[in-house]
Amino acid sequence: MINHLIIGNSAAAIGGVEGIRRSDRENPITLIAEEPYPCYSRPLISYYLEGKVAENEMGYRGADFYAANRVEARLGVRAQRIDPDRQEVILETGEVLPYDRLLIATGSRPVTPPIKGIEKKGVFFFNKLDYARALRQYVSPGSRCAVIGGGLTGLKAAEALVHLGARVLVTDISSCLLSSILDPAGAEIVKRHLAGSGIGFQLGVPVVELAGDSRVEGLIFADGGSKAVDAVIVATGVRPNLEVVSDTGVDVGQGIIVDNQLQTNLPGIFAAGDVSEGWDIVLQQRRVIANLPNAYRQGETAGRNMAGEKVVYPGGVALNSVSFFGLAIATAGISNSEDAGVEAVRYLKEAEKIYRRLNFREGRLVGYICIGEISRVGILTALIKSRTPLADKRQGLLKGDFGLVDLPEEVRLSWRWERGELTWRF
Amino acid sequence: MSKRVICKEDVCIGCHLCEINCITAHSSYPHDIWKAFKLQKERPIARVLVEEKGETSFALSCRQCREPECVKSCLTGALRIDPVSGVVVLAQERCIGCWTCIVSCPYGAIRPSGGKRMVAAKCDLCQGIREVPACVAGCPNDALELADGREE
Ligand SMILES: Cc1cc2nc3c(=O)[nH]c(=O)nc-3n(C[C@H](O)[C@H](O)[C@H](O)COP(=O)(O)OP(=O)(O)OC[C@H]3O[C@@H](n4cnc5c(N)ncnc54)[C@H](O)[C@@H]3O)c2cc1C
Ligand code: SF4
Ligand code: SF4
Repeated sequence: MINHLIIGNSAAAIGGVEGIRRSDRENPITLIAEEPYPCYSRPLISYYLEGKVAENEMGYRGADFYAANRVEARLGVRAQRIDPDRQEVILETGEVLPYDRLLIATGSRPVTPPIKGIEKKGVFFFNKLDYARALRQYVSPGSRCAVIGGGLTGLKAAEALVHLGARVLVTDISSCLLSSILDPAGAEIVKRHLAGSGIGFQLGVPVVELAGDSRVEGLIFADGGSKAVDAVIVATGVRPNLEVVSDTGVDVGQGIIVDNQLQTNLPGIFAAGDVSEGWDIVLQQRRVIANLPNAYRQGETAGRNMAGEKVVYPGGVALNSVSFFGLAIATAGISNSEDAGVEAVRYLKEAEKIYRRLNFREGRLVGYICIGEISRVGILTALIKSRTPLADKRQGLLKGDFGLVDLPEEVRLSWRWERGELTWRF
Repeated sequence: MSKRVICKEDVCIGCHLCEINCITAHSSYPHDIWKAFKLQKERPIARVLVEEKGETSFALSCRQCREPECVKSCLTGALRIDPVSGVVVLAQERCIGCWTCIVSCPYGAIRPSGGKRMVAAKCDLCQGIREVPACVAGCPNDALELADGREE
């Protein structure tokens, strides 16, 4: 008998279960999760907050998932540490669970920025259901809410709060929204759209302190300015949850270092998802890629290898797709770099809020920004992942209604889409 | 093992009838083209898409991949492989229109539905609507074929 043990209960962990069960229907799987809920779709918490999705509609998988996959789910208990020598995981309750194959899928948590008074009442992070629940209690129509961090998570929170009737201010150190994925031209469109939907902005000045006694009452900015608020949402990035591997000998960089089979340096121990530092196909280096498709794919690959298959994950790519008040934004790979060597071609229709930027390097597509028109951009993602040479077929890909027909003939035919053979896709 | 619709590129003349038949099949009047186009308020999009350039034309629909990027990427679990038929199916009521599947599908075979509640839409092989997919049944040139298996 082989004991499969999984720490975590989100995209990477679920991928792990499904990966194991592709070939191993027999051996037991135990799953340990800190959050006391069956697996839910984390990105849905903003939809829950605004009331678009009910709590019982948030499941990432159906209610019978654990039973159908014969998983013993231990929900609401934290794994304290791993003992690789004895092949055991020690829970916070003191209970000890043995494993033969271990998947660490502990994900990430919000960074706490250096802001005075951040522990005050009325300050929330926004990465799990409990925060969304608490916010729903705390915020009412007319509440003044400040979101610190104009990234994807912060802006999703801001959108939901507007739908709840709150008055929302978004602040960021950067003068650009979504600065990790957009360039100034793209960020400007998004900002104009969000401003038109009722969100206020204070960009380019850091918040240094949260005013108020025990409860937050205001923001204080580095330039001395201030702003009265009732609630603050902090969304300034995430970092991997690495506690379980401290002092274990598991190699760690920014995240847990894994090879292309998602295995760590220690035999039998795998890691996947936001906690791992895996391969980035575009950058051709290891790094933490914190998005859900990558988490699932890594988890699934880890699971298959835990079950004894030998499968390789060619690597992930930074990939984001998000809509705010109906405006679709998709980015992938090297999206906003101004580096020499990256050649950008652009198409901008400012009034219509349409922007497309394709980045090429050495005749290959390495990244894109698509705003407003996202139909079929998966073709672009595939061109990036497969590192297909594109020579001078660039302009066709800029059109909003581009298609396979716009690819170079030899690429389109090697795609062999009519038979569905994916020779180009690793 | 699922079937899927394939197109013979050298036979397809780009007449777009497959799109018309697909729209009809996914409307409230699946057997009446006129009603589907004249009476239906929110017209569904065609899940098959004809691409053309010069003499080249082909109708593209979902490959029903065995390792579907769309399913693996779906943020909510709305997409899955139907364990019985093998068809890649979308539970529209669970879809939030985040378009992560769209940025993941290598063929551009899943697209926004249009309409008030924008969700993803893709070929379902007319499961539960008709025996042979409407696009295949209606192609005047026999360019479309319901083929067996997936050779990925
Ligand atoms: C509001 C929001 C919106 C998002 N939107 C998108 C989006 O549009 N597209 C996208 O691709 N990604 C999005 N993401 C990111 C996406 O949710 C993550 O990349 C993905 O959830 C990572 O999955 P994971 O399984 O690696 O880890 P996580 O989802 O972080 O889950 C890890 C789990 O492990 C548990 N855990 C941690 N430590 C322990 C321990 N010691 N013992 C037991 N359990 C433990 C945690 O409680 C948690 O439940 C969003 C995230 C948020 C918060
Ligand atoms: S929508 Fe695209 S990725 Fe999904 S099964 Fe169809 S062809 Fe494959
Ligand atoms: S648009 Fe719908 S089907 Fe596509 S990934 Fe998002 S939730 Fe899933």
